[in-house]
Amino acid sequence: MNPPLFRLSSVSKSFGPVRALRNVSFDLLPGEVHALLGENGAGKSTLIKVITGAHSPDNGRLEFQGNEIRNLTPTNALRLGIACIYQQPALFPSLTVAENIGLRLEAHSPLGKIDWAGRRERTSALLKRIGAKFSPESEVASLSMPEQQLVEIACAVGAGAKLVVMDEPTASLTRSEQELLFTLIRDLKSSGVGIIYISHRLEEIFALADRVTVLRDGESIATRSVREADGNSTLTEAELIQWMVGREVSSIYPPRTGSFGENVLEIQDLHCAESGIAEVSLQIRAGEIFGLAGLVGSGRTELARVLFGITPATQGTVRLGGSPIVVRSPQEAVHQGIAYVPEDRRRHGVILPMAISHNISLAIHKRIFPWSRLRFGKERSLAQSFIQQLGIKTSGPEAPGGSLSGGNQQKVAIARWLATQPRLLILDEPTQGVDVGAKSEIHKIIRELAAQGVAILMISSDLPEVLGMSDRIGVMKGGRLVHTLDGVNTTADEVMRFALGEGAAA
Amino acid sequence: MNRYFRELSVASALLLLLGVLAIWAPHFYQPQPLLSRFTAQSPTLILTIGMTLVMLVRQIDISVGSQFGICAVVAGLLAGKGLPMPLVFLATLTTGTLMGALNGTLVATLGLPSIVVSLATMVTWAEVLRLTQQGRLINLPEGTQWFGLSQVNGQLLILAGAIAFLTFSAWFLKNRAAGRFVYAVGSDAEAARLAGINPKTTTFMVFAVMGALSGLAALINLVQSPQVDPKCGVGLELRAIAAAVVGGVAVSGGRGRLWGTFLGLLLLSTINPALTFLHVEAYWEKAIQGLVILLAVVADGFRSRNQNA
Repeated sequence: MNPPLFRLSSVSKSFGPVRALRNVSFDLLPGEVHALLGENGAGKSTLIKVITGAHSPDNGRLEFQGNEIRNLTPTNALRLGIACIYQQPALFPSLTVAENIGLRLEAHSPLGKIDWAGRRERTSALLKRIGAKFSPESEVASLSMPEQQLVEIACAVGAGAKLVVMDEPTASLTRSEQELLFTLIRDLKSSGVGIIYISHRLEEIFALADRVTVLRDGESIATRSVREADGNSTLTEAELIQWMVGREVSSIYPPRTGSFGENVLEIQDLHCAESGIAEVSLQIRAGEIFGLAGLVGSGRTELARVLFGITPATQGTVRLGGSPIVVRSPQEAVHQGIAYVPEDRRRHGVILPMAISHNISLAIHKRIFPWSRLRFGKERSLAQSFIQQLGIKTSGPEAPGGSLSGGNQQKVAIARWLATQPRLLILDEPTQGVDVGAKSEIHKIIRELAAQGVAILMISSDLPEVLGMSDRIGVMKGGRLVHTLDGVNTTADEVMRFALGEGAAA
Repeated sequence: MNRYFRELSVASALLLLLGVLAIWAPHFYQPQPLLSRFTAQSPTLILTIGMTLVMLVRQIDISVGSQFGICAVVAGLLAGKGLPMPLVFLATLTTGTLMGALNGTLVATLGLPSIVVSLATMVTWAEVLRLTQQGRLINLPEGTQWFGLSQVNGQLLILAGAIAFLTFSAWFLKNRAAGRFVYAVGSDAEAARLAGINPKTTTFMVFAVMGALSGLAALINLVQSPQVDPKCGVGLELRAIAAAVVGGVAVSGGRGRLWGTFLGLLLLSTINPALTFLHVEAYWEKAIQGLVILLAVVADGFRSRNQNA
């Protein structure tokens, strides 16, 4: 057996309290396609960044062609022949293909002379080798996404890469473009290049990969061969999904009430051209938690932003409490009684330099301050009551939002919207990056709100959370709501199957 | 304590300077010249109030000097035509507001960077002044200067008015919802938008107010002399920005207080007379002012580094 091209042994990496990788071991043989599989946040990106030298692991051992490497940096990795092709090509759009490739591959001193003829020649040769049909003189901005990916691959090939990481390379490709890419990958493989292939599309993994490693919660769950020596498949999709989602839904989630009121939100055939939302219809009743599952980029956040008027809908009807509404801006949404706790809490949920009390009253100035004269006493007691109600750990209402921990910032963001007494509360990744204790407190708060009759739309990439909290679960894929499941009776496997688009096989 | 650190340090520097003057040059404190010096700074004080608002929403307006010049000339010409003073005031404030609204529209509605927009309007208004006035001074009618009062009473009136306006603005910024919106938009416009505030409206209003204050400042300047110099606004934008920066208003928006700006202006405008009274060559003034501004910026740099760490 060949010695591995690259090997990681017991690698761990933490970001603050978050353990992104725990004791992960992984190896790649020359001429092998090794697929990496896992849910959002399972640790795939971190693992790739360790391999390309962007993150240095806290402990563990890295070997390249049998030699241990310490202090791998991105520059070092390139020199060793490790290349990475990201989902979004990282090219200079206003430069030509030849210029882009030249910038990557030529040793450049700032004042050195550029050998234009040589550059063009080499680029043509590279493009020819990978089967690209465009000219080296084309401007990158004028190329399609798959063509830009080919430019990235040309860079990797031209650099003599021995290890190529491909991060969801087919995400934006059509079927025939995929075929081209697969041929190219098989080509690279036969010339001895090792490929780490990341994709959510299970059929690609079966078509392409030799081995697959499944990550979950930063741990390597399993590494298996995809095929036996005789070419028969040794794995099933069900097995892979089982490994990906494997956790048992813990019983720590607050109990469901099971009693709902009238429809609060009714969406009919909602479209938004700008954000790619199409044909979304759903209803949420008073007291109901509607979980929205799906992969990153499936349109969950985009749907929330349409409902909140950030990117207004271009077609379809939205009814709130029975009467049709048109929401063209966040102000109108707030006015109608819609609240949105955004995903990127650190940047946009809480205004960090502002006091907690100011943050909480920000969306309700008109209501609590007649003639827009601020009443500091009123504001402080409002903040104080939320600090108590939600258990926000702080030195006081005057402390700036930035002084709080992630979980407590999230509670402040929720408090701001509770203060508006919304009819519909949209929560986007409410517990992302929040520690376990605060997480279950936030879950309790959400459930209590529902019990008070608020309709809740909860977006989450955390499958156990979606399963544990939701009364119903909508699964999104490609900007559409592909299926709605009963929250009590469904399983992680089922949700994941719809999210991955394997629903027909169920 | 930490919250008012900047205000306290600027105040200490100012007190130190005043203390030195009290010991080495007590004639600095002769009432009449002192009053004149303060009154002469009143127009700049009005401008720095506007500039503080602009910087709090994370923008900049370098056209205020030119706006000030246009307003001064408009007021001078109208007063020269014999229009009653209340109408002159109204017309001048309107002119300023319109110029500010133009900046505001370009910045808020079209989303253009304010440094470029206000550079363009700064040059445009300066050229308009140059072409129409060609450097001519405008003589004002009798009775315009000091509102027709005695000099001392006029000066006292102006000074009291400016301080009252500062107090009102500081109160407004702290106690009205609009003031809160200014801080929210300057800290994080996207977060403010998601909280249901319209950052465009806030930004537009701030620029419009800045324009109106340019007009007010020009009027306060007008009544202090018998003539209007079309070049009277040149360089005022930099004085206003410098005062705000020294007073602790962050160029990155959302942080700073009007009282800080006020102290910053006092400190910067005391350096020049102090040098004269202490018999230091006046050439040093700019260098020392520059040093003070540099100190303030460096202090801000350290502060934000510590916050991010």
